[in-house]
Amino acid sequence: MYNFVFEKPTTVAEAVAALASEDAQALGGGQTLLPTMKQRLASPAKLVSLTGIAEMGGTSSTGDVITIGGGVTHADVAAGGYGAISKLAGDIGDPTVRNRGTIGGSLANNDPSADYPAAALASGATIKTNARSIAADDYFTGLFDTALEDAEIIVSVDFPVPLSSNYQKFEQPASRFALVGVFVAKFADGVRVAVTGASEGGVYRWTEAETALNANFSADALDGLSVSADNMISDLHGTPEYRANLVKVLTGRAVADC
Amino acid sequence: MPKDNGIGASPKRREDVRFLTGRGRYVDDIKLQNQCFAVFARSQVAHGIIKSIDTSEAEGMPGVLAVFTGEDFTEVGGNPAGWLIHSRDGEPMKEPKRPVLAHGKVRHVGDAYAAVIAETYEQAVEAAEAIDADIDEQDAIVDMAAALANSDNLVHDEIETNQCFDWGWIEDNRAATDEAIKNAPHVTTLELINNRLIPNAMEPRASTADYNPGTGHYTLYTTSQNPHLTRLLISAFVMGIPENKLTIIAPDVGGGFGSKIFHYGEEALVLAASKKLGRPVRWTASRWESFLTDAHGRDHRTTIELATDKEGNFLAFRTSTLANVGAYLSNFSTVTPTILHGTVIAGNYTVPLTYVNVKAVFTNTAPVDAYRGAGRPEATFSVERVIDKCARELGIDPIEIRRKNFIKKEQFPFLTAAGLEYDSGDYHALMDKLEEMADFDGFEARKAESAKRGLLRGLGINTYVEACGLAPSNLAGILGSRVGLYESATVRVNATGNISVMTGSHSHGQGHETVFPQIVADMLGMSADDIDIVHGDTSKIPFGMGTYGSRSMAVGGSAIVRATEKIIEKATKIAAHMMEAGDGDIEFNDGVFSVVGTDKTVTFPEVAFKAYIPHDYPIDKLEPGLEETAFYDPGNFTYPSGAYACEVEIDPDTGKVTICSFSAADDVGNVINPMIVEGQIQGGLGQGIGQALVENCVYDENGQLLSGSYMDYTMPRADDMPFFNVDQSCLTPCTHNPLGAKGCGEAGAIGSPPTVINAVVDALSHLGVTHVDMPASPARVWAAIQAAK
Ligand SMILES: Cc1cc2nc3c(=O)[nH]c(=O)nc-3n(C[C@H](O)[C@H](O)[C@H](O)COP(=O)(O)OP(=O)(O)OC[C@H]3O[C@@H](n4cnc5c(N)ncnc54)[C@H](O)[C@@H]3O)c2cc1C
Repeated sequence: MYNFVFEKPTTVAEAVAALASEDAQALGGGQTLLPTMKQRLASPAKLVSLTGIAEMGGTSSTGDVITIGGGVTHADVAAGGYGAISKLAGDIGDPTVRNRGTIGGSLANNDPSADYPAAALASGATIKTNARSIAADDYFTGLFDTALEDAEIIVSVDFPVPLSSNYQKFEQPASRFALVGVFVAKFADGVRVAVTGASEGGVYRWTEAETALNANFSADALDGLSVSADNMISDLHGTPEYRANLVKVLTGRAVADC
Repeated sequence: MPKDNGIGASPKRREDVRFLTGRGRYVDDIKLQNQCFAVFARSQVAHGIIKSIDTSEAEGMPGVLAVFTGEDFTEVGGNPAGWLIHSRDGEPMKEPKRPVLAHGKVRHVGDAYAAVIAETYEQAVEAAEAIDADIDEQDAIVDMAAALANSDNLVHDEIETNQCFDWGWIEDNRAATDEAIKNAPHVTTLELINNRLIPNAMEPRASTADYNPGTGHYTLYTTSQNPHLTRLLISAFVMGIPENKLTIIAPDVGGGFGSKIFHYGEEALVLAASKKLGRPVRWTASRWESFLTDAHGRDHRTTIELATDKEGNFLAFRTSTLANVGAYLSNFSTVTPTILHGTVIAGNYTVPLTYVNVKAVFTNTAPVDAYRGAGRPEATFSVERVIDKCARELGIDPIEIRRKNFIKKEQFPFLTAAGLEYDSGDYHALMDKLEEMADFDGFEARKAESAKRGLLRGLGINTYVEACGLAPSNLAGILGSRVGLYESATVRVNATGNISVMTGSHSHGQGHETVFPQIVADMLGMSADDIDIVHGDTSKIPFGMGTYGSRSMAVGGSAIVRATEKIIEKATKIAAHMMEAGDGDIEFNDGVFSVVGTDKTVTFPEVAFKAYIPHDYPIDKLEPGLEETAFYDPGNFTYPSGAYACEVEIDPDTGKVTICSFSAADDVGNVINPMIVEGQIQGGLGQGIGQALVENCVYDENGQLLSGSYMDYTMPRADDMPFFNVDQSCLTPCTHNPLGAKGCGEAGAIGSPPTVINAVVDALSHLGVTHVDMPASPARVWAAIQAAK
């Protein structure tokens, strides 16, 4: 690890100010950033911890919308009783990761195998930052890439509450991130299906499935669909064909369990 | 006799008190005054010519005390291979030099070409990054077949080939085996891969050297399974430090699985640096260094043929294997794919002919060497997989075909076609036990129930026999060993009657500190609580060969028996003197010496006290003191065996394999501590299941390690394991050692991989799948199902 300066502001405004200096970086739970720094692959000059900011903590629900603070840990979401989202959070990593890692960090990092991006995209969530609100459909822009500007902080995330939802995660055996994960959310105005882990472009909506499911919300509705292996990730743990297969299998299971 | 902690009892592991309460003392826990830190600069390319290494910037950096490169070690010897193998044509194997630091060339990713010593670890890291090495990258040699085919691109230019040896076993049987296979009514052929593994001991390698300029003495604290062997290698081959000037201490060691048998360049480097600076120099591997530079395991590509008659009687096994030895010959890299593999290729069977051919290949990958089971898992996997395939082809039940060919109980001692004489065993009894444990009759009902849930259920059967308890020195010598393979023990009875046992075996998780005292307690009629084990320090223990090859009980334990027998012999003389009787009139029972036919007795502690306070001692006949040393050299290998069964469920949509049950009946000979044996068996099973289902070391075509962290190298975890159903009741004692013990450390890792894969193939066979390579990962199983469609 290289040396760095550490700051722990107590308001979003202070954090934004602290992040203005060169090579400053926000620190959430550190579950992605710290391992990278230990491997000397990242060398921020300053770390601005977001864990002391009250505005970013806590969750609330209006019945129609669940709002999760950007600094809320996976463990707290898991314990929150928010259906498929809580189940998803409870299956992230191990207890250490869940007790430290935050939803803001996960969405900011946008790892192509991370779980939260699928939940946010399928739910049609709104990412609220210090500067603006970004619809999930506009937020995820590619592998490890988001609509966030430099020094922009995720303060909270609004999740519209679906009629029913389910997340199916097929674990990559070593890391136990999602080899493929599919989040299906059924709303009064339609079904949304988001896929993580599979595509070289990062999390995406499987719109053919959505169309089929809007017509007939059952696993059988997927029978006629085929998933192309083009642009699917290829690595030690799965070929593009394998991932394409999992997308379909897991979507069917998610619908069945909705 | 205190039955609660003698032979056959299961006292809890006393070492666990310190391990579980954070009181263990590992190499990295040892902080020495004035210590400084070594950090290595390691190659990022698999193969390259070192044009120049500019260390000037690093040398000027804060805290830097010294920088070493390969140039500094041109005068010292290389790290040698411990076993000389000859090729089929009689030529000795190729032995390219393995330098302390890469010189001239780097040969695998992680190959160290320089080292920095600095006041702090961070300073050393910074300086190592500042070393400017001009390395001209060459094409990497990764694929074994390509390495043999291409003589223009060589890992070691000076040997003019990438082949280390081309070994045949037994060469005299080659023609007859070929003939038998040519004429056989049925031949089953199988091509398979024994996947490469990374050992992943919980504690990374670490070495701290402490040279004392005042005495000229070196002390090396290091993570070793065999400190004397390391000292011998350093003294006689690598550095020439006289043995009497070098103490090696392997304190608590957090697992080895083979990878800490070997001497590594880092040990030599810290010794040289400590000498140069007159200060202690320490190094602890980071996890990424462990992945890249610990000796890996397995990595065979094999074609095996099994010739049978129509009834399934085995006529011959023939195998042809490419074995990866990596970039350099690690100390036992040449014996592992040969002697430890070819000699057990006859398995549990009376098959009259076997022939094994192994070509060992240099590649630009980390060295490959012995890893839990070492050669025997590879042999067992090949043999038991081809038998399963053959049974299916002939329509014979997999249990039936094995039983048909088993060596029968009354045939022992049995000289196998592969040249070993098995002393004892009862394979039918193990199979009977397995049938009782695994409820084969209920399998079809369980399969139907799985099918209702959309899952494919398979049943895998396997038997194994292995050769361990390494090893008779004379036989090892004939087979090419450059070292002896005896073990030593000193039993020191203290004046107050308690005992310290110095053993050459080394415990790095096995539980020796608990189990060895049980032997001495049993023999001397004492409580094991009054006996302690001393190990791992060459200044305290007699010259010993250490722990690997399931040898600690069979060989190390036997040495303790021999030394304790000498204690009883001498104590009998002292007792005779004390009771004014003849030596021949003394009986020793349960810790008490008595004069036959009288009521005169003295206790063992009384004798011990007299031995050290010899006021009225017949010094013309008896020496004071009560301390004896024995070296035990076994008469043969030991031959543990077992019968295993496993049931799996496969999700055909995702390819995911789940182990539903695993039953293991093992014959490990006499059992000293049943709890520890069960733990060893379970650990071995877990490791074998890891190989079968999840573990895989993969290099890409450029020699970059793709599975270089836990994000990509899958370790088996508790939730991958079923509840194990294990049994060690069907035992046949080893006939040639005093304990009758055979060994249990590697058994599970040897027997389980083929059991799991046999089950996986059984579940998929109706689809036409005949083989699935390890690890049977979800993606691979799914692909096998698709390919069969
Ligand atoms: C062993 C292990 C297993 C894991 N398994 C999984 C898994 O199964 N599924 C999964 O989805 N993830 C997994 N993770 C990742 C984990 O969920 C991380 O916690 C998460 O990806 C990052 O969150 P963090 O709060 O730790 O962020 P940090 O590591 O602190 O930061 C990550 C990045 O986000 C930025 N950042 C942090 N917070 C904010 C914010 N509020 N606004 C803007 N930018 C911010 C940081 O500057 C940094 O660039 C695993 C991690 C580990 C170590």
